[in-house]
Amino acid sequence: MFAYTVRRLIMLIPVLIGMSILVFSIIHLIPGDPAKTLLGEKASPEVLEKMREDLGLNDPLLVQYKNYMVNLLQGDLGTSIKTKRSISEEIKPYLAATVELTFFAMLFAVIVGVNAGIIAAWKQNSWFDYIAMLIALIGVSMPVFWLGLMEQYIFAQKLQWLPSIGRDSILNPINSITNFYIIDTVIQGDFDGLKQILKHLILPSIALGTIPMAIIARMTRSSMLEVMKADYIRTARAKGVAQFFLVYKHALKNAFIPVLTVVGLQTGLLLGGAVLTETIFAWPGVGKYLYDAISVRDYPVIQSGILMIATIFVIINLIVDLLYSAIDPRIRYQ
Amino acid sequence: MSQLQHKVETTFATIPKKESLWLDAWKRLRRRKLAMLGGGIVLFFIILAVLAPVLTPYPYDGAELSQRFIKPMEEGHWLGTDDLGRDLFTRIVYGAQISLRVGFLAVVGSIIVGTYLGLVAGYYGKWIDMIISRVFDIMLAFPSILLAIAIVTILGRSLTNALIAIAIINVPTYGRLVRSKVLSLKEEEFIMAAKAIGMKNWRIIYHHLLPNSMTPIIVQGTLGIATAIIETAALGFLGLGAVPPTPEWGTMLADSKDYIQLAPWTVIFPGLSIMLVVLGFNLLGDGLRDALDPKMKQ
Amino acid sequence: MKKGLSIFLAIIFVLSVALAGCGGGTTDTTTKPSEQASDKPAAEVQKTLVFGRGGDSVSLDPSQVTDGESLNVTKNIFDTLIDYKDGNTEIQPALAETWESSADGLVWTFKLKQGVKFHDGTDFNAEAVVFNFNRWMDPANEYHQGDFPYYGYMFGGYKGDEGHVIKEVVAKDEFTVEIQLNAPQGPFLNNLAMTPFAIASPEAVKKHKDKFGEHPVGTGPFVFVEWLPNDKIVLDKNPNYYKTGFPLLEKIIFKSIPDNSARFTALQSGDIDMMDGVNPDDVTLAEGNENLQVWLRPSMNVGYLAFNTEKAPFDNPKVRQALSMAVNKQGLIDAFYNGLAEPAKNPMPPSLWGYNDSITDYEYNLVKAKELLAEAGFPNGFETDFWYMPVPRPYIPQGKKIAEAMQADFEKIGVKVNLRTEEWATYLDLTGKGEHSMALLGWTGDNGDPDNFIYVLLDKDNAKGPDAGNIAFYKNDALHDILIKAQQSSDEAERTKLYEDAQEIIHNDAPWVPLVHSTPPLVGKKNIKGFNPHPTGSDKFTEVHFE
Repeated sequence: MFAYTVRRLIMLIPVLIGMSILVFSIIHLIPGDPAKTLLGEKASPEVLEKMREDLGLNDPLLVQYKNYMVNLLQGDLGTSIKTKRSISEEIKPYLAATVELTFFAMLFAVIVGVNAGIIAAWKQNSWFDYIAMLIALIGVSMPVFWLGLMEQYIFAQKLQWLPSIGRDSILNPINSITNFYIIDTVIQGDFDGLKQILKHLILPSIALGTIPMAIIARMTRSSMLEVMKADYIRTARAKGVAQFFLVYKHALKNAFIPVLTVVGLQTGLLLGGAVLTETIFAWPGVGKYLYDAISVRDYPVIQSGILMIATIFVIINLIVDLLYSAIDPRIRYQ
Repeated sequence: MSQLQHKVETTFATIPKKESLWLDAWKRLRRRKLAMLGGGIVLFFIILAVLAPVLTPYPYDGAELSQRFIKPMEEGHWLGTDDLGRDLFTRIVYGAQISLRVGFLAVVGSIIVGTYLGLVAGYYGKWIDMIISRVFDIMLAFPSILLAIAIVTILGRSLTNALIAIAIINVPTYGRLVRSKVLSLKEEEFIMAAKAIGMKNWRIIYHHLLPNSMTPIIVQGTLGIATAIIETAALGFLGLGAVPPTPEWGTMLADSKDYIQLAPWTVIFPGLSIMLVVLGFNLLGDGLRDALDPKMKQ
Repeated sequence: MKKGLSIFLAIIFVLSVALAGCGGGTTDTTTKPSEQASDKPAAEVQKTLVFGRGGDSVSLDPSQVTDGESLNVTKNIFDTLIDYKDGNTEIQPALAETWESSADGLVWTFKLKQGVKFHDGTDFNAEAVVFNFNRWMDPANEYHQGDFPYYGYMFGGYKGDEGHVIKEVVAKDEFTVEIQLNAPQGPFLNNLAMTPFAIASPEAVKKHKDKFGEHPVGTGPFVFVEWLPNDKIVLDKNPNYYKTGFPLLEKIIFKSIPDNSARFTALQSGDIDMMDGVNPDDVTLAEGNENLQVWLRPSMNVGYLAFNTEKAPFDNPKVRQALSMAVNKQGLIDAFYNGLAEPAKNPMPPSLWGYNDSITDYEYNLVKAKELLAEAGFPNGFETDFWYMPVPRPYIPQGKKIAEAMQADFEKIGVKVNLRTEEWATYLDLTGKGEHSMALLGWTGDNGDPDNFIYVLLDKDNAKGPDAGNIAFYKNDALHDILIKAQQSSDEAERTKLYEDAQEIIHNDAPWVPLVHSTPPLVGKKNIKGFNPHPTGSDKFTEVHFE
C-alpha cells in the first residue's frame, strides 16, 4: 500500500511539469495584451510600452518561463498584473468560496441522490421509481447555466424567496476569519448571518449539484438492485416494512463505492467547471476568478490558478484511487 | 487514471465478437422503451433541422425592430419573437441544425484523433505509449471547460473554433478507451497469430484492432454527442461560440438572459431545446450500451 | 400496508431534499420572504449607501488611472483645485477659491481655501499643491512612481518633453500658488478640474510611495476605509469636511457586480441602493417599480462606427457616405437605448461649446445609399468585416445587438458584413493596430473641451498603430492644421469657429458614422435625494441622502 502510494505520487511529477509547460504555452498563444486591458481605451502608446516593460512582457518567453518556475519552486505563485497583489494570498477567498459551494453541491447530490436511488430500487417499477429516474435522466442532460437562470427567475425574481447572487448579504456582510463563511458565522455565533449564508447557498448548490445528484441516483439504484437479488434481502423484504431499514443499511454500504467514484470525479470537475454556475450567481469563486483572468490576460493568475486547480484535481483522484484499494483490495492497480 | 474509467474500459474489453452482433443488438435495443424514446427525440430534432426552411416562413437572421418581444402564440409566432424581432421558433429549428452538426462533427473529430493515438499507444507500447498516456493524463487533469475557453480564446471566437476546442478536450476520452481495448486484444490469439505469420503492423491495426474497437467507441460517441452539444452551448453562453446572427442555442440564451423578466420565453425555449436533444442522445447512448454489451443484459 | 410505506418513503424523500437544500440545518425557508427588507428598522433613516457597479477600480490614486470605476471612487476621497458645476462642465471654485491669469495667459495665480485638512490630519496648503504638481510632472521626482497617464495626456507630456505645457509651480505664500506655463493652453482651467488632478496628502504619499493607490488620503467628503478587490470599496464620512454639515451619508460602499441584469436584480431585492450600467430594457422595469427612480446622466459621449480608411473599399469617401445613409439611428435608439439617447451627426456631443448644429446628417435612405454605392463602383455591394465590442459601454450598451441590426440594413444595400468580436483586451489591441474594416467604439469626454473629442479621435497624430486613438486611421492635413491652431489658442470665440469648421470637414469625409450620444441611465431607490449625475461620469456624493 505504501509503495503503491509513493509510486503514484512520483507519477504526478511529470504530469505537473507537463501541465505547467502546457499552461505557459497556452497563455502566451492567446492574443491580446494585459497592459491594454488594464489601461482601457484611453491609454497612450508610451504608457503602454512602459507598462509592458515593467511587467516583463518584453522578455523572451523562455526567460519568462524560467522566472516563473524558479519563483514557483520557492513557493511564490506570483503577483496579479491587475490587482498587483500576491496570488497565493489573493486566491484564498476564491478557493474557499468554491470549496464551500462544491461541498454543499455534493452534499445535496449525495443526500438526494443516494436516498432517491435506494427508494427507487426498493420500489422498483413503482411511480416513485419512474418519476425519480425520469428526474435523474433529465438531471444528467441539464445545461446547468439554463437551470441556474430558471432558478433565479422563479425563486429570486418571481417569488423573491431566495437571494439571486453572491455569497452573503451586501448590507450585512460576514465578518470573515477563515474565508469559509459557514465556519465563520458558527464560531462567531452569528446565527442570522448563518441563515443568510445558507440562503445564498441554496440556488447555486442545487444548480451545481444536479448533474452529480442524477448520476449518483442512477448508480445507487442499479447497485441496490444487485443487492436486492441477494437471498437475505429477499427474506427481509418478505417480512415487510420494518425490514426496510435493514436493506437501507446494506444499500448504503453498497452504494459507497459508486458514490465515492462520482464524488471523486465530480468534485474535481466542479472545482474548475463551476465557471458557469459562478458566473450566473456572481459567486466569487475560483472558476470565475480564472475566467476573469483569462479575459484580462492576467498571465500569472491564469498560470498559477489553473496549475493549482489541476493539482487539487489530480490529488483528489489519487485519494479516491487509494481509498478504493484500501476498501477493496481486489481493485488495486497492478 | 480513475477506477471508474478503468472499470468501463475493462468491461468493454470482454465483449465477444460475433457476426450477428449488430442484429442482436438492434433487437435488444428495440425492446428498450427509453432508448427508443431517446432515438425518437433525436430523430425529431433531425427532422426539424432538415426541414427548417419548409417549417417556417421567417428568416433566422435580419432584424425587425418593430416586432420585438411578441409573446408566444401571438401574431403568427408560435414561440414569440426575440429582442431583434426575429421569430424564435425559426431560430430554434435552425439552431437544431447547428447543435446537431457541431455535436456530431466534434465527436467525429475526437474519435478520429483519439482512436489514432489510442491505437498507436496501445499497439506499439513503450515510450510512445508513455508519452501519449502522459499527455492524456495532463489533459484530463485540466478542468475541461477552462481548457476549451483557453483554446477558443487563442483561436478567436467562432463556431468552428468552438468545435475544434470541444473536439480537442474530448480526445483523451476516446484515446484511453481504444488504448485499453487494444491492450487486451493484443493478447488474443488471432492477433498473436497474425503477428506470427508476419502480417504488417498497419494491416493488423487496420483489419483487426480497429474493427474490434468500434463498439465501445460507438456507445461512447453517442453519449459524447450529448456532452459536445452542452459544451457548445456553454461556450456560446460565455460568448465564445457562434458569431451573430447564427442561431446557436447557447448564444441565444446568453443574448436573452438580460430579458428574462421582460420576455421569459426567449430564455425558456432555447434552454428547453438543449435539454431535450441532450436527453435524447443520453437515452439512446444508454440503450446502445446495454444493447451492445450483453453482459449487462438483465 | 403498501400505501403506508409509499407515504413514508415520500416523506423521507421530501425531507432529505429539504435537508440538503437548506444545507443540513435550517428549517423551512418559505416562511420568511424578503428578509432583506426587515434587516433595518423602518423608522430609522438609512445612512449607508451601497452603489452597485460593473467593475472594480484599478487604483485609488487618481493621478495614476484612466478608468471610470477608479475615478468614481477617488472623486469622493479627494478634491481638486477647481471643480465642475453640477450637471455641466463649467467650472467653479473648490480647493482654490479664486484665480487670475496674466494678460499673455502664461502665469496663473490661485488663492487657496484656508483651514482645510487632509484625512490624516495634515494641513492643506500651497506646499501640498506644489508637491502634487511636482510628483505628477517631473520624472526625476522621487515620488513620480507610476505612469501618470492623464497628466502627460492633458499637459503635453512631462517635464523636459517638448510641448510640455507647465513650466513651474511655486508657492508664493502659505495659501497662494503660481503656475507658470511654457505656452498658453486653451482648456487649462477645464483640465485642472478633471478628477485625476486631485490634491493628495504629501505625507501619505511619502509614507506609502507606490502603494498610495491602496491607501488614498485626500481632503474629500469621504475617508477611505477598506478595499476588497473585485468585491467592494468602503468609504466613511469625513467629519471635518470643509463644507460644514456635509456629507450627509455616514458610509458608501462601492460594490462590484459585473453582470448588468444580476446587478439590477440585486437592486430590486434591496441588496444595493443604487446602480449604474442599467440595461436599457430594465429601465422600463425600473420605471414601473414604485420603489425605484431613474436618473439620466447628461450626455458627454459619442458612440460611433469607424471605417478603416486605409483599407479598400473604405478608402473611397463615397462608400463611407453610402453606408452612412444605411444606418437607422433613431431605430437603434428606440430599440437598444430605450429612447435614452440622441442620434449623433458630429463626433462631439451637442452639450459642448463649439458643436456645429448647422450640419445636416446623412438621411436614412436605403435607395439613395444603394445608388451612391453604385456610383462608387459597387453596384452589387461587397463583403467586409464588422467588429462589435464584447462589453457594455455607456455609449453603446449592447454592441452586439446594434451590430446585428445594422448588419440587417447593410445587407439590404448589398453589403454583406461578417460580425466579429474579441475579448475587450484583444478588441482594443487589434482595432488599435487597424486590423478591422469597420468597428464600433466610443468615447466619454474628460474635460468638456472639443479638443478632447476631435483631436483625440480623428487627428492624424493619433492615427498611428499599434495604439491608435483614431481607429478610422483618417488623415486629413487641413483638419490637422485647424486642430493644432485651436489647441494653441485661448480665445474661445476663435476656437469655436475652428471646431465648427473641423466638424464640417469630418462630416463630408465621413470617416465614421457617428451613431449616438447616450444619456446613460442610473437607477436607485426612490428615497434617495440630492444625487445629480455629472456628464464626466464621476459623481460626488456630498449631498446625497435618504429620506
